[in-house]
Amino acid sequence: MLAHIGRRIVATIPVMAIVALFVFSLLYIAPGDPAAVIAGEQASPEDVEKIRRGLGLDRPFLSRFGDWSWHILQGDLGTSMFTGLPVTQLIVQRLEPTLSLMVVTLILAVTIAVPMGVMAAWKAGTWVDRGLMAFAVLGFSVPVFVVGYLLAYVFALELDWFPVQGYTPLSAGFWPWLENLVLPAIALGCVYIALIARITRASMLEVLQQDYIRTAQSKGMGQGGILFVHALKNAAVPIVTVIGIGVALLIGGAVVTESVFAIPGLGRLTIDAIVRRDYPVIQGIVLLFSLVYVLVNLVVDVLYTLLDPRIRY
Amino acid sequence: MSAQSSSLASTVAIPSNVAVEPAMPDVLPPIKVRRGFAGFVYRHPTIAFGAALLIAMLSIAVLAPYLGTVDPTALSPAKRTRSPSAEFWFGTDMLGRDVYSRVMYGARVSLAVGFSVAILASLAGLAIGLISGFVRWADGVIMRIMDGMMSIPPILLAVALMALTRASVSNVVTAITVAEFPRVARLVRGVVLSLREQPYVDAAVAAGTRSPMIILRHILPNTLAPMTVQATYICASAMIVEAILSFIGAGTPPNVPSWGNIMAEGRALWQVKPFIVFFPAAFLSLTVLAVNLLGDGLRDMLDPRMAKRL
Repeated sequence: MLAHIGRRIVATIPVMAIVALFVFSLLYIAPGDPAAVIAGEQASPEDVEKIRRGLGLDRPFLSRFGDWSWHILQGDLGTSMFTGLPVTQLIVQRLEPTLSLMVVTLILAVTIAVPMGVMAAWKAGTWVDRGLMAFAVLGFSVPVFVVGYLLAYVFALELDWFPVQGYTPLSAGFWPWLENLVLPAIALGCVYIALIARITRASMLEVLQQDYIRTAQSKGMGQGGILFVHALKNAAVPIVTVIGIGVALLIGGAVVTESVFAIPGLGRLTIDAIVRRDYPVIQGIVLLFSLVYVLVNLVVDVLYTLLDPRIRY
Repeated sequence: MSAQSSSLASTVAIPSNVAVEPAMPDVLPPIKVRRGFAGFVYRHPTIAFGAALLIAMLSIAVLAPYLGTVDPTALSPAKRTRSPSAEFWFGTDMLGRDVYSRVMYGARVSLAVGFSVAILASLAGLAIGLISGFVRWADGVIMRIMDGMMSIPPILLAVALMALTRASVSNVVTAITVAEFPRVARLVRGVVLSLREQPYVDAAVAAGTRSPMIILRHILPNTLAPMTVQATYICASAMIVEAILSFIGAGTPPNVPSWGNIMAEGRALWQVKPFIVFFPAAFLSLTVLAVNLLGDGLRDMLDPRMAKRL
C-alpha cells in the first residue's frame, strides 16, 4: 500500500515537470522584452543590455529553465511585472475565496449528484430517470456564467434571499461566509453535478444487474440498503474518478464564476493579469492549479485501493 | 394474454366441420418497421432534435444579414440601453447597438469556432494518437507530454495561450484546439492499441500488408465512430470556452460581435438591463444543447451497447 502510494507520487513528478516546461515556454515566447520594460522609456540600449545580463535573460533556454524550476521548488514564483510584488504573495492573498468556493461546490455537487445518479439508475427508464438525465444534459449545455446570472437575477435581485455579489471571509463567521457562496457554488456546480450524476447512473446500472444485488433483494434487504450499501460501494470507482477529473471543470469555471459574483479570488487575479499581460502571475496561477489538479487525481488514485481491495498494482 | 384467450374463445365457437382460416394467436404484436427519414427520426429522436436545432442555428449564422438585422456594429448613442420593443427586438446595448442584430451575427463566431476546433482537434489528435499507438518507442514520450498538457485545466491553458497573442478569432481557435486535442490523442491511442490485438489485424500483418495500408483499411475506419462522438463534445465545449474567453476579455476581439462579447459588454449593466446578457446567453445555451444532444444520440447510435447507459 505504502509502496503503491510512493510509486504514484513519483509518477506525478514527470507530469509536473512537463507542465512546468510548458508553462516556462509560455513566458519564454511571450512577446515584449522584460528587460526593456524594467529599464523604462529613457533607458539606453546599454542599460537594457546590463539589466538583461543582470536578470540572466541572455542565458540559453535550458539553463534559464533550470534556474526558474529551482526557484519554484523553493516557493518563489517570480515577481509580478505590474505590481512588483512577489507572485507567491499575490496568490496567497487571493487563495481563501477561491478555495472556499471550490470546496463548497465540491461538497454541494457530490451530495446532490450522487443520490441523483443512484435515483436515476434505480428508476431507470421511468420519467424520474428521464427528467434527471434531461437536467444533466442541460447542466452540460448552459455555460457557468449564464447559470450564475440567472441565479443572481432570480434569487438575489428579485427574491432577495442571498447577497447579489461579493465575498465575506470565513473569519467573519460561518453563516455570512456560506451565504455569499451559495449562489456561486450552485452556478459553478451545475456542470459538475451533471457529469457526476451521469457517471453514477451508468456505473450503478452496471452494478444493479449483478447477482449479489438479486441475492440482497431476495433475502429481504431494504431498497435503500441495497442501493447505498451494496450497489454504491461497488459502483464507486468510476464515480470517484470522475469527481477527480471534474476538478478541472471547477478550476476553469471558478475563474468565470468569480467574475460574475465579484469574488476577489484567484479568478479575478487571473483576469487582471491577462488584461495587464502580467505573465509571471499567469504562470504562477496555471502552475498552482495544475498542481492542485494533479494532486487531487493522485488522491483519487490512492482511494481506488481503499474502495476496491481487488485493485492491486 | 387477454387478447390470446379471446381469440381462442372465438375459435372454439366455430363448429369443427366448417373450414375456416385458423385465427392466429396474436401473442406477438405486429412489428411496424419504420423506414426512411421518418423511421430515423422515430428511432433516434435525440439526433433528430439536436440536428434540427443545430440546423436552425446554422441558418441564423448564414442568413444573418437577411433576418431583419441592421449593421451589428452601428453605434447610435441616442438610442442606448433601450428595452426590447417592436423596433429593437432584443433592445440596444450601452453604445446603442441593436442587440438582436448582434446576437444573430454572433452565431457566426460561435459556430465557426466550435466547428473549426472540433475538426482541427480531431485531426491533430488522430495524427498523434496513431503515431503513439503504432510507433512503440515514441508512445511513452508522447503520452507523458499529453498527460502534462491534460494536467492543465483546459480553460486555464486557453487563457494562458490567449494572454500571449493578439485577440483574434483564429488565435482563439488555436488556443482551444491546443487545450482539447490531447484528449482525442488519448482516445485514438486507446482504440489503436486494442485494435492491434484483433485477429484481423494479425491476419493482415501475416498476409504481408504494409503498415500504412493496415492503418488506412483496418484501424482508421474503427476510430471514426468514437472520434465523431468525441468531436461533437469538443465542438460543444469549444463554443463554451470561446464564450468564456470573450467574457473575461481574453477571446474574440471586442469589435467582433460574438455571444461572449455581447455578454461581456452587458455585464456592467446586468442588474438594470438583464436582457443584454440573457439573449446571447439563451442562444449560446440552445446551440450547445443542440450539439450535446447530437453527440449523445450519435454515441447511442454508433455504440448500441452503451445506449441508454450513460
